[in-house]
Amino acid sequence: MTALSVQNYWDALRGVADPEIPVVNIVEMGMVRSIDIVEHSDVGEHGVRVRFTPTFSGCPALHVIRQGITEALAAAGADAVTVENVFSPPWTTDDITPEARAKLETYGIAPPAPNGESTLFMTLEPEAVRCPRCGSFDTRMTASFGSALCKRMYVCQACREPFEGMKSV
Amino acid sequence: MTETALTRPILTEAVKLALIARFTALADDEMILSHRVAEWTGHAPLLEEDIALANIAQDELGHATLWLGLRAALDGSNADALAYHRDAAEFRNVPLTELPKGDWAVTMVRQYLFDAWEVLWLDAARQSSYVPLAEAATQALREEKFHLQHTALWVERLALGTPESTRRTQDALTQLWPYALGLGEPLPTEADAVAAGLLPDVADVQTRWQRLVRGHLEGVGLSFPTLSPLPYNRQQHTEHLVPLLADFQRVAREFPESRVW
Repeated sequence: MTALSVQNYWDALRGVADPEIPVVNIVEMGMVRSIDIVEHSDVGEHGVRVRFTPTFSGCPALHVIRQGITEALAAAGADAVTVENVFSPPWTTDDITPEARAKLETYGIAPPAPNGESTLFMTLEPEAVRCPRCGSFDTRMTASFGSALCKRMYVCQACREPFEGMKSV
Repeated sequence: MTETALTRPILTEAVKLALIARFTALADDEMILSHRVAEWTGHAPLLEEDIALANIAQDELGHATLWLGLRAALDGSNADALAYHRDAAEFRNVPLTELPKGDWAVTMVRQYLFDAWEVLWLDAARQSSYVPLAEAATQALREEKFHLQHTALWVERLALGTPESTRRTQDALTQLWPYALGLGEPLPTEADAVAAGLLPDVADVQTRWQRLVRGHLEGVGLSFPTLSPLPYNRQQHTEHLVPLLADFQRVAREFPESRVW
């Protein structure tokens, strides 16, 4: 077998969609921290080790994503795959690439505002959320929780479209 | 092996036991409260609140998983075995979390008091010299503050709402406050771990917490009851925990060998 490069595996993981938001992949969402090739080790002849950062700790999609990583890397030529959880530095919505933000918006989900660290734990942080349909900033949050742990609900007061927005963490 | 594993301090047996006790208490608080909150799923007064509580319950369960993961790293325990195969007397949650869900005011006041406590404990735990705890606290805090923002608004809205909502909210606070104080009781084994900077000092957290919740709730016209000591604590549970566990653990105990759900 020809030597497979790390780049080959990065490309493979770009094929693993976020199960909750299938329009974006896990690499552009910033969930994959590193990929290492481990030759002739206890994880196999041509093992691949992925360092993966969970998004929300209670997210049920994490199991599906880990399975997706293993399958995609095996299909790309890895004999054995280990997926290691990395909590530090924690995943933040600032890790989402500009390309993925554009895809979210096209899909109808307002991308997250830049994450500001605040110790005013009880205060709602002001976020200018733009309507993904008409682009207006005249929007209002209608529910602080939504269909997944990472999202909340808004309505656009300009075009009247209800939409989801990603929480900024 | 990760970098963090290499820099982990060598723990004495006593400190290790203190960490295990604290992680178990945290996990049990989150698990039991998560179950109570999830009882609203399909029954909340508004669809948005049904969804919000389901989200909050899911987050708390995620945090329980984090804490049980930290415990497993120290003693090799199994999270499912701890969740589903311990009896009530072995649970270390504060009785606040096991009380029935009650009305909307009880649910929101309890969740608010708990969220405020958790946010402040996590904020302090970010400074822990035990790196896995500092990392988990950083992760959980980012999620937990959304709960506090939500429940802080709800208790205000209820306290300042109609005469009925004000009465119910005051009743909820009067009933729950003595139980809520149980959150601030130090665990008997943790003094050395606190002194070593591994665990937050709950006395400090308690001071910040009381300032936060008293200021907020008195600001919207609620009053705090004078205290009478409770016969309940993390070792002595109310009669409500056994039926909760019967529901929570039923499927796992009925099919202990199942591998696929």
